[in-house]
Amino acid sequence: MKNEMSRIVRTVTTLIYGFIIVYGFYVIAHGHLTPGGGFQGGAIAASAFALLVVTYGDQGVKDFLKKDILSLVESTGLVLFIAFAFFGLGVTFFYNFMANSGGLFGNSAIIGINPGDLNTGGTIPIMNIAVGLEVLAALGVIILTMSAGSKNTKKKENS
Amino acid sequence: MSSILTHSPALVMALPLLAAFLTPVVGRFNRKILGWFISAILGLTLGITILMAIQILTNGSMIYVFGGGDAGLTLPSGYTVPIRIIFHIDGMGIFMGLITAVVSFLAAIYSLSFMQKESGLEKYYALLLLLATGMFGMEFTGDIFNFFVFLEIASISSVALIAFRSNFSGEPAEAGFKYMVVSSISALMVLFAIGLFYGQYDVLNMATIASVMQFTQLDKIALILLVTVLSMKAGSVPMHMWTPDAYSEAPAAITMVLVAASQASLYALFRVCFSLYNISLNTVTIGWIIIILGVLSMFIGVTMAIIQKDIKRLMAYHAISQTGYMLLGVGVGLAVLANPVALNSFGIKAMEGSIFHIMNHAMYKGLLFLTAGALFYRTGTRDLNKMGGLANNMFYTTIFFIIGAAAIAGIPPFNGFASKLMIYESVYKFNPLLSIIAMLVSILTLASFVKVFHSAFLGPKLEQYKKVQEVPKSMLFAMATLACIIVLFGLFPDVIVKNLVHPAVMALINQTNYTATILGGI
Repeated sequence: MKNEMSRIVRTVTTLIYGFIIVYGFYVIAHGHLTPGGGFQGGAIAASAFALLVVTYGDQGVKDFLKKDILSLVESTGLVLFIAFAFFGLGVTFFYNFMANSGGLFGNSAIIGINPGDLNTGGTIPIMNIAVGLEVLAALGVIILTMSAGSKNTKKKENS
Repeated sequence: MSSILTHSPALVMALPLLAAFLTPVVGRFNRKILGWFISAILGLTLGITILMAIQILTNGSMIYVFGGGDAGLTLPSGYTVPIRIIFHIDGMGIFMGLITAVVSFLAAIYSLSFMQKESGLEKYYALLLLLATGMFGMEFTGDIFNFFVFLEIASISSVALIAFRSNFSGEPAEAGFKYMVVSSISALMVLFAIGLFYGQYDVLNMATIASVMQFTQLDKIALILLVTVLSMKAGSVPMHMWTPDAYSEAPAAITMVLVAASQASLYALFRVCFSLYNISLNTVTIGWIIIILGVLSMFIGVTMAIIQKDIKRLMAYHAISQTGYMLLGVGVGLAVLANPVALNSFGIKAMEGSIFHIMNHAMYKGLLFLTAGALFYRTGTRDLNKMGGLANNMFYTTIFFIIGAAAIAGIPPFNGFASKLMIYESVYKFNPLLSIIAMLVSILTLASFVKVFHSAFLGPKLEQYKKVQEVPKSMLFAMATLACIIVLFGLFPDVIVKNLVHPAVMALINQTNYTATILGGI
């Protein structure tokens, strides 16, 4: 038996899950300018995964969402975060060595009302991206594990 | 070299964190070197902690400002209160840090053989490293919200480790769930207390809060919350229900680290009472509350231990009972804090005894849990009635058990005797009855360990344990190191007390120094 939901739900999911993921990444990338940040954006992106798992069942998404790849992304995010904390060690741990340096994310922040310059913040946007990757991958793993576990519970309830 | 020393507070916390994040990658790449990789990282951490200890004990407190322009710059120009997260390590912090470093390093070494056959080792080691990070953070941090974060890191990783599927009997998941409920409640209450401080004083740095503390009604509520939940996390008696389950169900190496983790909560309790409030609070009342918690823990812990048949559960009740000694001594110190004459004549001595007992307890209780793990590793049971005659097959384990049992029962020349004698002598001057109860508890401890020794090790060889051998070398190495520390501390207690324990006690008592390190002599 296929563990899928109705055609309406499937169609809507197919239409919007891409937008949810893009919106999640938007929140991650603008973490240093607008409300939200790595964790919030990652959670939004992971909600798209939850939608897919609910709609298509964990068998239906098994080619799209792989636990191995997700946990690799999770480790990458974590290592990226702590690595940038270590790179600041020339001055202090977590020192923002990229801020106002003119390079990547290196513009100085403009004071006052302005549309927002994405290229500011130094290591903060990078750490937001790292946290975002970590959260979306970790929540993805949690969702997949829970959906795999719920099948066992259902079997026990039915028997 | 000097730059390592400057950055050592951050490195000690960050190296295990980095390794924890790298563990899944290393585990995917090569599973065999994983255990050695973790042991090497924790060994390196131990080395840096020792360097830092030498630095702190010769030159005084260390501070580290995260992300600041300079590691020692707490107040950049124009600021009157510190904004950034600051690690603030004085004699007491580094004393606890040394315990954590030793215990987590030995746990990793012990796990090399003990956990070899298990699956999911990457997760086990990553959680062990996160637990070490959380404990270091709790002990080093000078920022109360940061303390909450590290408390949560330590709690969550301990929950997962307690429930780690390593035991073939018992209910690890239930123990893990119990601990999760206890630590969530305590973390919430700590957060609530932090909210009370932040709402009133607009600062989160502990030294700054201490310097502006008004001791209002809200501060009293915060104090009650903190004392209650931190003594719950330390496992003192009315709130001890999680301790026997958690300690007996966790893998042996983890139990040893959990003992140190509950001592980190105990440290936080002392830090709150001494550094945050000091004599602004009613020290006699709070001191007596802590003394009563201590006496209850001592007595109820040991009486519950005598009737246990599960070896690790028995030892877990003894851990509660020994926590009572630490609370008793420090409680006496706190009760006479406002009275300089009594403080100098016996208060400082009582505190030295109990602070010394924290380190001794971590060492001998760790050793005892490791021997229990060794018995479980070879016999597959924790039930004392099913064991017997194991001294015939496991010579070294028997010797290590005797050393640990003699130390916990307070028999000279082992370290338990040294610290317990200091507690007896000084508490007797405060209130003779308390001292007599403490001695009685010590005798009962000896009685119950004689029982364990008799039923597990003595007697003829049993049929089912004919093929039992000595445990592998890595487990023996971990136990032997602890046994050496116990004997050395027992033979030269004066050296340890003078160089390690006394600075720790002074760091607790002297609140002015604590605040002046951050705020520059206000």
